[in-house]
Amino acid sequence: MYLLIIAILIPFIATALIPLIHNRIGSLHIGWLVLLVPTALFIIFALQIPAISVGEVLNQTANWIPSLGINFTVYLDGLSLILALLITGMGSLVVLYSIYYLSPSDSFPHFYAYLLLFMGAMLGVVLSDNLLVLYVFWELTSISSFLLIAFWYHRKNSRYGAQKSLLITVFGGLGMLAGFMMLHSMTGTFSIREIIAVIGQYTDHALFYPAMFLVLLGAFTKSAQFPFHIWLPDAMEAPTPVSAYLHSATMVKAGLYLVARFTPIFAGNASWFWTITIVGLITLFWGAFCAVRQTDLKALLAYSTISQLGLIMSLLGLGSAAMYFGDGEQGALYGLAIFAALFHLVNHSTFKGALFMAVGIIDHQVGTRDIRRLGGLMAFLPITFTFAVIGSFSMAGLPFFNGFLSKEMFFTATVNAAGLPAFGVSAWGVLIPVIAWIASVFTFVYCMILVFRTFFGSSQLKKLDKQPVEPSIGMLISPAILCILIIGLFFAPNLLGDYLLRPALNGVIPGISGAAPQISAWHGFNTELFMTLGIVIVGTLLFLTFRSWFKIYRLQPADWTFTVLYNSFLKDLKRVANWITTHYMTGHLPAYFAYIFIFFIATAGGALLITGALSVDLMADSPISIYEGMLVAVMAVAAVSILFAKSRLTAILLNGVLGFSIAIFFVLFRAPDLALTQLVIETVTTTLFLLCFNFLPEWKKEDSPKRTKIRNALIAIGGGVTVTLIGLTVNSGELFESISGYFEDSYELAGGENIVNAILGDFRAFDTMLESLVLFIAGLGVYTLIRLKVGKGSGKDEHQ
Amino acid sequence: MESLIIILVGVLTTVAIYLVLSKNIVRVILGTAILSHAVHLLILSMGGLKLGAVPLLGEEAETYVDALPQALILTAIVISFAVTAFILVLAYRAHQELGTDNLSAMRGSDDE
Repeated sequence: MYLLIIAILIPFIATALIPLIHNRIGSLHIGWLVLLVPTALFIIFALQIPAISVGEVLNQTANWIPSLGINFTVYLDGLSLILALLITGMGSLVVLYSIYYLSPSDSFPHFYAYLLLFMGAMLGVVLSDNLLVLYVFWELTSISSFLLIAFWYHRKNSRYGAQKSLLITVFGGLGMLAGFMMLHSMTGTFSIREIIAVIGQYTDHALFYPAMFLVLLGAFTKSAQFPFHIWLPDAMEAPTPVSAYLHSATMVKAGLYLVARFTPIFAGNASWFWTITIVGLITLFWGAFCAVRQTDLKALLAYSTISQLGLIMSLLGLGSAAMYFGDGEQGALYGLAIFAALFHLVNHSTFKGALFMAVGIIDHQVGTRDIRRLGGLMAFLPITFTFAVIGSFSMAGLPFFNGFLSKEMFFTATVNAAGLPAFGVSAWGVLIPVIAWIASVFTFVYCMILVFRTFFGSSQLKKLDKQPVEPSIGMLISPAILCILIIGLFFAPNLLGDYLLRPALNGVIPGISGAAPQISAWHGFNTELFMTLGIVIVGTLLFLTFRSWFKIYRLQPADWTFTVLYNSFLKDLKRVANWITTHYMTGHLPAYFAYIFIFFIATAGGALLITGALSVDLMADSPISIYEGMLVAVMAVAAVSILFAKSRLTAILLNGVLGFSIAIFFVLFRAPDLALTQLVIETVTTTLFLLCFNFLPEWKKEDSPKRTKIRNALIAIGGGVTVTLIGLTVNSGELFESISGYFEDSYELAGGENIVNAILGDFRAFDTMLESLVLFIAGLGVYTLIRLKVGKGSGKDEHQ
Repeated sequence: MESLIIILVGVLTTVAIYLVLSKNIVRVILGTAILSHAVHLLILSMGGLKLGAVPLLGEEAETYVDALPQALILTAIVISFAVTAFILVLAYRAHQELGTDNLSAMRGSDDE
């Protein structure tokens, strides 16, 4: 059964089909066909719930590159199932919504192709057991996100946002890849299952912590954690269905999934606990704090998403303490945080999806998302108003909505963590619930801003581009379903808890099912309830007195943001790259030759010295006869004289001396064929030189400055010495047996008595054929060059 | 003998590199020609020199010298001739069109 592997491949296949069919379906909106894909997949995954909920896992493998340990292994446990259901479920709702959201001028095939590409990639991320396969899908989600953010690519901001998100997430992804490599070099496997099984032996390994931090880098960049959160607000340039799907419900959860998935590998130590908790809490606070000041509704939602992702991230950090204590009472106590994280992950997708869709409706029907221009919309958009209220109140953590349940659990987890008897929590631990509480106050404030500034107050109809009316029913279905879920989950949370969250918790921390509680809305007057009450009171006060304390946002200087840092980094990167390139790509041929020779000397000569291969052994040499010695001397003198030749005629003749001397050497060294060829070629070459020189000016003395001459001489001597040393080293030892004996059977094998000719004409006949091809091409080149007439003024045309 | 030839190869290489680094295009071409001479000698010496008879089976000798380097060099000689011829004509045409044999002058203005 390869059901799951097929499930991953279906969106990719559908992606490929879209360009083929979109012209053949007439007036039918292609979105309806696309909708079939996530719906069918959702049903497939939903059918797995009964098996998974009793603790089974599905494991399917298709060999891909078995020799490298890279297999397409799909692993479905509770954790993967939740994400898979979110991806396909939200996917269905978003596709449905987008059918009514997109305007006819948009390119549907592109939009749905990218969306399906993303869906397949995201399923691949959450279902892959193999690290490298996971990585490939991970980067594919970044790429499809890039394409979707830049969907309206004629807008400058879209292109900027797309580039920013790609640079930041791929930067993190590459770090993560390095982390995966380290895991592989420690454990020798790419399978997450197998790594979990053996990682216990490697916690003291030198690569354990580097691998951990690199994997976290990938997770933090993807899930928009502080300070990498800056890409998410700019990603809001994407069409709203995309923002609802990728940038709040699914893709940004990939980082959370990664942290949860790697909890059994890395968790249980203080570094993991503190890194994730602190980054999560800072993100939670900073996101909520920044969201309050936003005037664009989508920007507000973007910062709120950052904040909520931080919340879930900090929960995953706090819950990692359970790995330290193992199964038992304390393990169950802290494992609750993981349960809360998973619960909130689902809840966040429902309420944030509903909110994004509501904001999309406002944008679509009113023509603006600017809070300052909106107000009093309740009378015109009552249904949308209902969605916004349900979504916001759930996000604020108010009762009768699912957000209340997971928010209370979050407070429980922070209060528990404050008393954690490990990781050096002690007195500082009290900060955890305090920061969580302050951030939640700001969360409450921006939720109220979202509802009251948009829907209450005086309407400014004159300033709006369109008169607001409710959209067609199709656009309302998806947010309505989400709102029903928001309320439904409040009243029946244990349905989700028992069937999905509990098995997922087992996927994060194996064998700690005791941490999964029965979720109940009311547990008496406890700390958590008072925290919520405090938030409502303080939050309401802050909202009402907003104008008097708004000034604190001016305390942060405008150029002290991470976006400014990012922009100046990109600018400097360009400048430095440009500077370096213009300094070495000079356009001077001698300079390029110099690089080549210096590189040769450094690598070949350097390797010779470093490896200690250098050896000189003169014993095997054959004897030198007197005329051979004389010939060597003649050649050396002729070669050196060329450097000092006053006229080019002398130089050509000296070159001829070299060529003919080599012909004599060939005779001496028993190579009659070479000698003959060399004689002919040398004659032709010398003639050619002389012919050409007739047309070239008499050469002048080298007029380069002395410094250049010395530099060139040094490079030349370095090159000569390197070649000599390599030659001597090779000559003094035999690494491999010669293969030449084979060719001595040339009479039997090729029917030739002249071995050299047999090699050229038979054994290596293709070589010879291609060699004549080279000769032919060179001849063509020569002929064309001579016949080519550069037309008058054609050079000028290019510059006009 | 081999070591002596290798040292000669070194000298030829030095001269060739120095010429190639020159600004004058004719020197560069001469340099490449000398560089190929050096390489041919180097390859030949790698197979061992004078260790047997001429590689003609009719000679009825006990051993023959290594025929493989000879075959390679034969190819190399022809190819290096083709290349030399091509760049010579290139230099001639460049001089005809641009009026210079100086590589720095040939690269045009900086603001291209």
